Amino acid sequence: MPDLPTVAFYVIAVVLVGSALAVVLLRNIVRAALFLAVFFGAAAGIYVLLNAEFIAIVQVLIYAGAVTILVLFAIMLTRNAMSTNANPFAGQWWLAGIICIVLAVGIIYAVDSSKLALVASVDASANLVNAGAAHGSIVRLGQLLYSPFDYSFVLPFEIASIVLLVAIVGAIVIGRED
Amino acid sequence: MVTLNAVLVLGAILFCIGLFGALSRRNAVGILMSIEIMLNAVNVTLVGFASTFVHQGTLGVRLTGQVFAVFIITVAAAEAAVALAMIIAIYRRRNTIDVGEINLMRW
Repeated sequence: MPDLPTVAFYVIAVVLVGSALAVVLLRNIVRAALFLAVFFGAAAGIYVLLNAEFIAIVQVLIYAGAVTILVLFAIMLTRNAMSTNANPFAGQWWLAGIICIVLAVGIIYAVDSSKLALVASVDASANLVNAGAAHGSIVRLGQLLYSPFDYSFVLPFEIASIVLLVAIVGAIVIGRED
Repeated sequence: MVTLNAVLVLGAILFCIGLFGALSRRNAVGILMSIEIMLNAVNVTLVGFASTFVHQGTLGVRLTGQVFAVFIITVAAAEAAVALAMIIAIYRRRNTIDVGEINLMRW
């Protein structure tokens, strides 16, 4: 019986892949949106396993919270736009399937043939101890995002806030009743 | 022990599932949901790399993958807002969001 992080990883991975398939394949768009919420929650579980607690909380707040509600509102405002009898897939869906399977096999082959794939390992506790960040990743992430003196990502952070402002203004202008 | 290999394969599978949805769904909101799946797959890959290669280097503990994931979440939320506003605006004009029927610019 493998240890608990491995079992948790594979259980969450099955939930992730299953909910992603449900989002992509379901005919009813509302059910697909609800499976998208499940997908976002399970991805947050993966981030907790990978020592990214802050990313997990941000994922739940922004993705499972805001983006899911946005998608549901958009579905609500565009209801009856497509009849439920219509085929939800475009004409050449089989070609898209072939392309995606070829791409997946290619990426998996490239990942497997790398020397790093089995040497490096992900462990929920060992990497935390080795990194010396006994209090988690959020302190280091704050230093990386905000520090004005050391090596930091403060400029992309400020530009990201401008991107959000532009997105707010743009979404309001585009979605106006006019 | 969860290897980096497992995390990368999971990211690749999720990305390809999202890509299939983005290429083959006809509902515009469905395409947007598939794009969100692709972005989350990229996030999983990045956080997996950040968790594997974290070490005390010359510049401190290296969490570049997590920083990148924060920015991807930010930009994806902004993009989802703008894209859904566009879909609602298109629905008001054309009364459809079937991307097979929004083909005025098709040659």
